[in-house]
Amino acid sequence: MSFLPELTLLGVSLVFFLLSLREANGKQLHAIAAGMATLVLLSALISLKSEGELFFKAYQVDYFSQLFKVLIALGTLLVILFCDRHPGITATVQAEYYLFMFISVLGLMMLVSSVELLAIFVSLELSSFAVYIMVPMRNRHSAAGIQVEAGIKYLLFGVMATGLMLFGMSYLFGLTGSTQLAVITEQLNLSFGQPAAVVAIILVLAGFFYKLAIFPLHFWVPDVYQGSANETTAFIAAIPKLAAVALLIRLLTLVNGETEAIVGLLVVCALLSMFYGNLSALVQKDIKRLLGFSGISHAGFVLVGLLTLEHEGYATAMYYIIGYVFMNLACFLVICTIATKGENVAIEDFTGLHKRAPLLAITLSIGLFALAGIPPFVGFTGKFFLLVNAFKQGHILLVVLAAINTAIAIYYYLSIVRVTFCTDSEIREPILVGGRQKILSLLLIVIVIAMGVAPSPFLEMTSVAIQAIM
Amino acid sequence: MDQLLFNSGFPILSVLIFLPLAGAVALLFLNSDQACRIFTLVVSGAVALLSLFVLADFDTATARFQLVEHHRWIEAFNINYTIGVDGISILLLLLTTLIMPFCVLASWTYITARVKIFMICLLVMETAMIGVFVALDFVLFYILWEAMLIPMYLLIAIWGGPRKIYASVKFFLYTLAGSILLLVAIIWLYATNNYSFFIPEMMWQDYPFSAQVLVFLAFFLAFAIKVPMFPFHTWLPAAHVEAPTAGSVILASILLKMGTYGFLRFALPITPEATIALAPYVLWLSIAGIIYGGFTALAQQDMKKLIAYSSVGHMGFVTLGIFVLNVRGVEGAILQMVNHGITTGALFLCVGMIYERTHSRELLSATGVGKYMPVFITFLAFFSLSSFGFPGTNSFVGEFMIIAGAFQFDTALQRFPTLALASIPGAVLAAAYMLRMLQKIIWGGTNNPDQSWIKDLNLREIVVLTPFLFFVLWIGLGPQPFIDLMHCSVDHLLQQFEAHQNHAIAAAGALIR
Repeated sequence: MSFLPELTLLGVSLVFFLLSLREANGKQLHAIAAGMATLVLLSALISLKSEGELFFKAYQVDYFSQLFKVLIALGTLLVILFCDRHPGITATVQAEYYLFMFISVLGLMMLVSSVELLAIFVSLELSSFAVYIMVPMRNRHSAAGIQVEAGIKYLLFGVMATGLMLFGMSYLFGLTGSTQLAVITEQLNLSFGQPAAVVAIILVLAGFFYKLAIFPLHFWVPDVYQGSANETTAFIAAIPKLAAVALLIRLLTLVNGETEAIVGLLVVCALLSMFYGNLSALVQKDIKRLLGFSGISHAGFVLVGLLTLEHEGYATAMYYIIGYVFMNLACFLVICTIATKGENVAIEDFTGLHKRAPLLAITLSIGLFALAGIPPFVGFTGKFFLLVNAFKQGHILLVVLAAINTAIAIYYYLSIVRVTFCTDSEIREPILVGGRQKILSLLLIVIVIAMGVAPSPFLEMTSVAIQAIM
Repeated sequence: MDQLLFNSGFPILSVLIFLPLAGAVALLFLNSDQACRIFTLVVSGAVALLSLFVLADFDTATARFQLVEHHRWIEAFNINYTIGVDGISILLLLLTTLIMPFCVLASWTYITARVKIFMICLLVMETAMIGVFVALDFVLFYILWEAMLIPMYLLIAIWGGPRKIYASVKFFLYTLAGSILLLVAIIWLYATNNYSFFIPEMMWQDYPFSAQVLVFLAFFLAFAIKVPMFPFHTWLPAAHVEAPTAGSVILASILLKMGTYGFLRFALPITPEATIALAPYVLWLSIAGIIYGGFTALAQQDMKKLIAYSSVGHMGFVTLGIFVLNVRGVEGAILQMVNHGITTGALFLCVGMIYERTHSRELLSATGVGKYMPVFITFLAFFSLSSFGFPGTNSFVGEFMIIAGAFQFDTALQRFPTLALASIPGAVLAAAYMLRMLQKIIWGGTNNPDQSWIKDLNLREIVVLTPFLFFVLWIGLGPQPFIDLMHCSVDHLLQQFEAHQNHAIAAAGALIR
């Protein structure tokens, strides 16, 4: 029971493996994928309350991991529902595309439950390699070669980050003689003064900084976001980040005793991510690139919650990343829907969107205002809670600089809203929005507003989840 | 919680906040433009009528917060939904609710494209504005204060004039950037006050002087931009000029008041010592605004710009009244906030009515309409007279009290009345630029454009302007009921201030040393 979502995913992957052996039409595949993703979500929901340890204590099933699994499954389902035929994916590999997507999800689900270094490594690689392959699956019509460049960049940077992480893991093992996180925590308590321990933890964190796109390990973001097919980018921008935050929280619980060096480093990383992301986003023309840079700055914000190293900070970081996933998916839903041929979308392409597709224009604007941190959307409440927690821990300068960043960010979000709402265009054609997209739009809008206006139940949920691992 | 009087009966304030929002949601399901207009008018009219019940229940004999409602909201951070009114906020609350139906009426024929979204924006604005004036929880206040930017931005950016993009983005960025540090100040206050966002509990605490100065500066930046005070005013003319009439009216009548309301509600009671120490600087900035606004208005060819710059001057009087920190000044300032809301709102409506006819805001293309629009000119003349504080109109009372307060401030310091005298040229300039505009619009000169085709006001427009005129004369001739409403709260505010004065002098002395 406690392994049900993973088993389901394994089964689903096998189904798609078999489907990839024969010719299949895209519509049919999509219907199957949507059904399967629903199944995965259901299985994750069923096992939400289960608890236990598997595989010689390498694998922990608790409310924390199960909640993340539900979110990962939900996010995947939403991404799959975005468009029924994948215009940006080469037609002959559509079955493989789903196959790798589900394998990647499997890796991510295993990741959030892993509490042992090797299990973490294996799960992380499983999820990463699948995504490395998904990126260049974009078809040639929509991307003229940049998808291959993106794939290679993603792979090379990813391998580098993995190398750093493995190096750090070897240190951890050397210092403590164990690969179990629980044992490592105990042992590190004894030897925490050593610089080796600090270096080890930082290096292990680096692997997940890469996934979350925190400053020094963010280089892949703009090109990969731009080079991947729209739906692939939506996936990369949302789902792996959930797992990365989960693992960062698990790893940061290793830190106690002498925390100054690590916290200092996290503060610097958070600030650099915010400033770099926001300042670079100001000049972008391509919407996916822009969202990539904005993602870097949001990762910095998540770090503001993590670096408090205490329960409430983790809980709000978790709340924030959940909110971020939904705000981001709202924007990507619009991108995927208006790019009918799977092409990249420039900000100009939103011209006159309010006439061509009013609901999409509203969805996009709400998503962007939420990302910008304007109340009453979840982006504001999330940022506010993060800042409050950081302030309680005495990071006053960080809070001030983070607040200033919100002001910088508003400009580029606003410029998209401006194009969406304030331009008329007779040349561009209206966009056909299917019933499913409409429902998804409304759903995402409701979630983004509800999480912002009534955050209590969500905070409660994340708080209980964090309680489960502390 | 002894400073609160709970509302045990009908939750009137919540109804005022949520009724427009519910109306906005209901509008989504209406299809015809005309139905949207009528529905919005009905909703805002209902809110206006309901707000009169607040007035009926309001007890003028206490300075405490009244009609208070309190509900838990976000328990993890001790954020509550707490609302209430006192003498400082009630007039602004009523100004908001009463002016909104006329904004709807003024947009009846002016807005023809995307009427539904326009009306939704208006109603969402109304919710946020009412909420800002009654919020007693700092997070609630901040959320509404910021959320207001979105509909206001859309009002300018979609239905604005030719440079709407520039104006709307500037408005948004300026206001947002200003309130960012306010957020940090709120978090500081929360952490210092036992993790509570409850505004009345933050007041009159003995915060360290240096912290007070920083908090005051954060407040100042946010509120001074909103007012807008002299060096921070550049977004205002742009936004006013480009906004549609209803947007200009909301901006001038209500949004600007939020800055000065912020000073009264937060800066004075939360950081009293810093206020006393820094008041001289704010006072001279106010004087600079008064004179600068006056001279710039004198040179404008664009009627909306002229009124916008006149707003800078008038709001300078309001901040002057607040920071002289005596009963006359503060009461005059609050009254002047209401007056400016009425008069400037009405002036923007008048300009909008000309614009609907000539499709130009240029003074030169509106010259000499007096002959063909006698009714319009009558209204315009009254509002112009009111704008420069002609005796018998509302602004005279307000400006008189403020200048009297300024004299009292000088006397208390036992010095030559420099401050009061420095503000006088502002009043003279106001007469000059308003009369210049009035002269041109009524008579013009020998080379007037042909205006004979222009029609005078229709019934709807007369209905819109009449209540404004009514209040201009009522406050001008019998201001006592309005002053009674606020007197108790202002008195209480300044009494508390006295108590902190000695502290402040000592602290300021220490600072200088």
